[in-house]
Amino acid sequence: MTEFFQSLGMSYEWAWFVATVSGVLLIALPLMLAVAMVIYVDRKVLGAIMMRRGPNVVGPFGLLQSFADGLKVFLQETIIPSAANKGIFLLAPIITFTVALAAWAVIPFDEGVLVSDINVGLLYILAISSLGVYGVVMSGWASNSKYPFFSAMRAAAQMISYEVSIGFILVCIVLWSKSFNMSDIVLAQKGHGLGFVNGFYFNPLLFPMFVVFFISALAETARAPFDLTEAESELVAGYQTEYSSMSFALFWLGEYANILLMCSLCTILFFGGWLPPVDWEPLYAVPGIIWFLLKTFMFFFMFSWIWATVPRYRYDQLMRLGWKVFLPMSLVFVALISGYLMATGHFTGAST
Amino acid sequence: MIQTLAFYLFASLVIGSAVMVIMARNPVHSVLWLILAFFNAAGLMVLVGAEFIAMLLVIVYVGAVAVLFLFVVMMLNIDFAEMRAGFIKNFPLGILVALILFLELFVGLVAYGAGGIQLGTPDGSAAARMGQSNIEAVGALLYGKYVFLFEVAGIILLVAMIGAIVLTHRQRPKGARGHQDIGKQIRRRPDDATVMKQPNIGKGVEL
Repeated sequence: MTEFFQSLGMSYEWAWFVATVSGVLLIALPLMLAVAMVIYVDRKVLGAIMMRRGPNVVGPFGLLQSFADGLKVFLQETIIPSAANKGIFLLAPIITFTVALAAWAVIPFDEGVLVSDINVGLLYILAISSLGVYGVVMSGWASNSKYPFFSAMRAAAQMISYEVSIGFILVCIVLWSKSFNMSDIVLAQKGHGLGFVNGFYFNPLLFPMFVVFFISALAETARAPFDLTEAESELVAGYQTEYSSMSFALFWLGEYANILLMCSLCTILFFGGWLPPVDWEPLYAVPGIIWFLLKTFMFFFMFSWIWATVPRYRYDQLMRLGWKVFLPMSLVFVALISGYLMATGHFTGAST
Repeated sequence: MIQTLAFYLFASLVIGSAVMVIMARNPVHSVLWLILAFFNAAGLMVLVGAEFIAMLLVIVYVGAVAVLFLFVVMMLNIDFAEMRAGFIKNFPLGILVALILFLELFVGLVAYGAGGIQLGTPDGSAAARMGQSNIEAVGALLYGKYVFLFEVAGIILLVAMIGAIVLTHRQRPKGARGHQDIGKQIRRRPDDATVMKQPNIGKGVEL
C-alpha cells in the first residue's frame, strides 16, 4: 500500500504513515461493526435456544439493537467511585480495548490481506493476548471494591493457566507448518487431509489439539462455561461492577473483539483460514475472505451455543481442567507430534 | 527517518517510565510503570531486528513475571510511611551503589569506544546470517551448539519447580475436610442425590 501512496506523489515517510493509518482503520472500523453485529447474533442465538424472540424492536429484525445500545451508553454519565484510583480506573478499559484491537494486526483475512506480515505472527498473538489480563487486573484493583478485586484475581489465574496449554498447542501447529508466520501456517494446510481437505483438523494427531484449543479459547476469553470472572450469582458483574457508560462499553467491545479473535484463530490454525474447505478448483472462485468469515462465524455460533447450553464450572474444576487435564495432554501431544514428524522425515531439507 | 522517530519515542519512554518506577509514590503505580518500561524495551528490540527476543520479552516478562509481581504488590498492604522512614538511613548506601554502577557503565563505554573489545567470536561466526530469520538462528544455536547448556538450564528450572511444589504441597487424607475425589463427583447422578416423595396433605416428610 505504501507504493500506491508513493505513486500519488508523497515522500516515502508520508506514504508509509498514510498507508499504515489507513490499513489500521480498514481493519479496526469493520471490526467494530462486526462486534456490534456479533453481539446482536449472540443475543438472537441465545433467544432462539431459549425459545424467545431476542432483540426485535429497533430496525428490521432488531438489526440496529447494538447501535441503539451503543448510543444509550454513550449518552450516559461516567461515574467514578470516590474511593477509586482514578488514573488506573480510567486506563483499564482503554487497555482492554486497545489490546483486543492490536492483536488483529497479524490476522490474514485473505492471501496478503493483513496489516503486517511479520515472521513471528503467532508469538505476537501470544504476547498481545497475555497483555489482556492487565485491563482486568487493573480495573479490579482500581475500583477499590471487594467483588471486582475477587474477579480480578480469578481472571488473572484463569488466563495464565490456560495460556500455558494454548502455548503448547501452538507449538504443535508450528512444528507441522514449519513457520510462525500466519500466512504460511494457512498455506501449509492446503490439501493437508488426504490430499484434498484444507485444514489441520482432519489430522488425527491434531484434532484432539483443536478440541483442547477451542475449550481453552473459551476459558481465555472468560466465556461461558468458564465465565467465573463475571459470575453474576457470586460477584455481581465481576471486574466491571463499578463501571458505567463508555468505560463499561469499552470492556464490552474489547471482550467481543477478543472472542472474535479466538474464533478467527481457530479458523487460521486448524480450519485453513481463507482456503475453501476442500482443495477443489471451482471453490477457489469464491473470494478467500468469504470463506474466512464463514468459518469464523461458524465458531462464533458454537461459542453462543455453548453459552446457552453448558452450566458454569466451579472454580476448582476450572483449575483442575487447565492444569491436570489440558497441560499434561498437550505436553504428551507435543512429544507425540514431534516424534512422528521426525520419524517421517518432515524436517529433512529444512534449514539448520 | 521513521526508525529514528520510533527509536527516540521508545527510548525516551523507557527512560521516563524507568524514572517513574522509582519516583511513583504508590507501589502499584511503580509496577505499572515497570511494565511500560518492559514494553518499550521490546519496541527497541524490534527496531534492531531482534523480533523474536522482543516477543519473548513481552510474553515472559510482561505477560507472566510482571503479572505475578503486580499481584504480590496489590495483595500486600504496604505501609508507605514506614518505607519512607528508612530513606535517610539507606541513602549513603544507595549513593554508593549508584556510583559503582555509573563507574562500570563509564568504563564499559570508554572501553567500547576505544575499540578494544571484540564482540562475539573472532572469526565472526556470531554475526547475523543473511536470509535466516531470528527464530531459526536462535534455534540452531540453542539446539545445536549450546544444546548441553540449554538442557542443564532446563533441568535446573525443573528442580526449582519441583522444590517449590514439594514445599507447598499438602496431601489431604481421604475423608478429611476439603478432600475431593473428582471421579466420584463426576460419577454422581441425580438419582443418588434426590428422592421423589409424594406426601399426603397435612403430613410432613421424613428424611
